[in-house]
Amino acid sequence: MPVQKMCTVAEAVRLNEFAYSLTLEVGEEMTSQTSCGQFVHIKCGEERLLRRPISICDWQGDLLRVVFEVRGEGTQWLSRRKAGDMLDVLGPLGHGFDLSAKRLLVVGGGIGVPPMLGVAKAAASAGAEVHAALGFRDQGHQMLTDAFVECCRSMSVISDDGSTGRKGFVTELVEEFLRNQPCAGADCAACSGKPEPPVVMACGPKGMLKAVAAACAAHGVACQVSLEERMGCGVGACLVCACDMADGSRKHVCKDGPVFNAGEVDWND
Amino acid sequence: MTDLRVNFAGVELKNPIVVPSGTFGFGREYGQFFDLSELGAICVKGLTPLRRQGNPAPRIAETPMGILNSVGLQNPGVDAFIAHELPELRRHDVKIIANISGNTPEEYGGMCEKLSAAGVDMIEVNISCPNVKAGGLAYGTRPEMAAEVTEIAKKSSTVPVMVKLSPNVTDITEIAKAVEGAGADAISLINTIRGMRIDVNTGRPILKMNTGGLSGPAVLPVAVRMVWEVANAVKVPILGMGGVSKGADAAELMLAGAAAVAVGTASFADAYAPVRVRDELSAIGERKGLANIAALTGGVRPW
Ligand SMILES: Cc1cc2nc3c(=O)[nH]c(=O)nc-3n(C[C@H](O)[C@H](O)[C@H](O)COP(=O)(O)OP(=O)(O)OC[C@H]3O[C@@H](n4cnc5c(N)ncnc54)[C@H](O)[C@@H]3O)c2cc1C
Ligand SMILES: Cc1cc2nc3c(=O)[nH]c(=O)nc-3n(C[C@H](O)[C@H](O)[C@H](O)COP(=O)(O)O)c2cc1C
Ligand code: FES
Repeated sequence: MPVQKMCTVAEAVRLNEFAYSLTLEVGEEMTSQTSCGQFVHIKCGEERLLRRPISICDWQGDLLRVVFEVRGEGTQWLSRRKAGDMLDVLGPLGHGFDLSAKRLLVVGGGIGVPPMLGVAKAAASAGAEVHAALGFRDQGHQMLTDAFVECCRSMSVISDDGSTGRKGFVTELVEEFLRNQPCAGADCAACSGKPEPPVVMACGPKGMLKAVAAACAAHGVACQVSLEERMGCGVGACLVCACDMADGSRKHVCKDGPVFNAGEVDWND
Repeated sequence: MTDLRVNFAGVELKNPIVVPSGTFGFGREYGQFFDLSELGAICVKGLTPLRRQGNPAPRIAETPMGILNSVGLQNPGVDAFIAHELPELRRHDVKIIANISGNTPEEYGGMCEKLSAAGVDMIEVNISCPNVKAGGLAYGTRPEMAAEVTEIAKKSSTVPVMVKLSPNVTDITEIAKAVEGAGADAISLINTIRGMRIDVNTGRPILKMNTGGLSGPAVLPVAVRMVWEVANAVKVPILGMGGVSKGADAAELMLAGAAAVAVGTASFADAYAPVRVRDELSAIGERKGLANIAALTGGVRPW
């Protein structure tokens, strides 16, 4: 059951020119029911009516961490919070990633990187073999890579302009990784004897997720994606956060998601 | 202690705080935060004869102290509501108001029959949804059509019928008088006000439907004015709504003439808003030394 409460900011850190990290004292009533890929809905000042959905990056004990970039007035307000300030937080909300896989590739693009850190950490500590493919616009946008190195078997970074890691898009890293993996088809002679196929988990812009989903489908690899939609209540009551499914139905990002199996999603705009 | 009980068109509410249609689903979600029995009544998400998927996203845009929505009456259909949601709601000690929208008078009639038989406490006829092309708003803006729908709803119902008015009209009292004349037991208002927002960077409207309905604190003064006008024009009780987010807002609508008050959009900011508004309203009643909160209704002293 989600909790709504006033939480103290335990730590406020600027990760780079664009990204901010807030560690919140949410209490164990919240962290004890948190899973990777869920989000919290944060009130960003009295002047703005709606809460802002932010993915949970990480949590431990009674602390929960979110990482965000400034997009508009709400996140601007949030970026000015300091240790000791109080924040009105509603969470944890939604359904996160299914972490039952033994081998996984976590894929993050831009501000989609932080939630994948929680996934990487949780999966690694549960004994899974975790690989990470992270895409940033440029060196200035890079963040959290040290933490990924700590828990992942491998990590590759790519950037739009090549100022950090290779030059290109993160989907190229996914494509390369998958090409070197056994496919899911049981009758494929080329793959027999190779380790079990990985599961891909991704968060990032819609276009990136669509490309990652297509690559996974082509390789017969399971893929879970975290989607974004504008939200009202965040709990499933107002029905504003609809997203189209491949079978023609509509689901709700806040309650059914934000994580969906890539195959379920209608990727056409 | 101020007695919060109100008799609303023959339905006994344990307090005058209601949650309006579309902001509270079928109660399951906010039921995780507080016991639904704390509320006077729940207006369920707008029902249609058949299941509806609603409009494509984005369906919400933030505005100065408000929101625009263009959900478009997404709902599982009246039969699925009766089979799966009503029994669940009935486990709580709270009055259930079924909100309905149809394309023809016959559709309204058919739903009223089913819902009366299923045992809801009241039916709220939505003739004012700005988010559907057919029917909806047209009924809400034409007095003779509003009367026709009200008449057939009354004829087909064995429970009190409330008609929900659109604020998107020049003279709301005209419609109010028409539905009262056609037998409405109560009137609710306001539904959302048509609005639009555009992303300056892309030149695209934020809502996929281009326009939507405005709700939240921004609309409170419009709601107060319209409730006041309608209260002066009709005798039936009024469920006032539009922008209520604290006890004083609820008291304002009651002073303007509302017998009960709904708290909608405020829940998105504070999941406990309806219960908090009830407690704040109760404190106002106490401060004013009222024996019964109903004493506020229509108490405005206009200049
Ligand atoms: C499930 C989920 C998880 C998210 N996780 C993160 C995260 O970990 N880090 C991060 O930086 N951002 C995240 N976002 C995006 C973040 O919610 C938006 O950047 C933020 O709401 C923008 O608010 P604003 O006031 O700064 O911008 P404005 O553009 O001024 O906001 C206006 C309105 O639009 C909404 N809105 C604008 N952009 C988005 C968007 N992309 N998604 C949803 N609503 C939007 C706002 O919530 C607000 O209601 C997430 C979004 C979702 C849906
Ligand atoms: C997301 C959303 C969905 C709504 N859906 C309906 C609906 O299905 N039927 C209806 O009669 N009114 C609907 N409304 C209007 C509300 O019931 C209410 O009249 C309006 O929001 C004003 O009250 P508020 O400012 O307290 O929210 C909806 C409002 C919102 C915000
Ligand atoms: S935000 Fe209200 S249902 Fe998803």
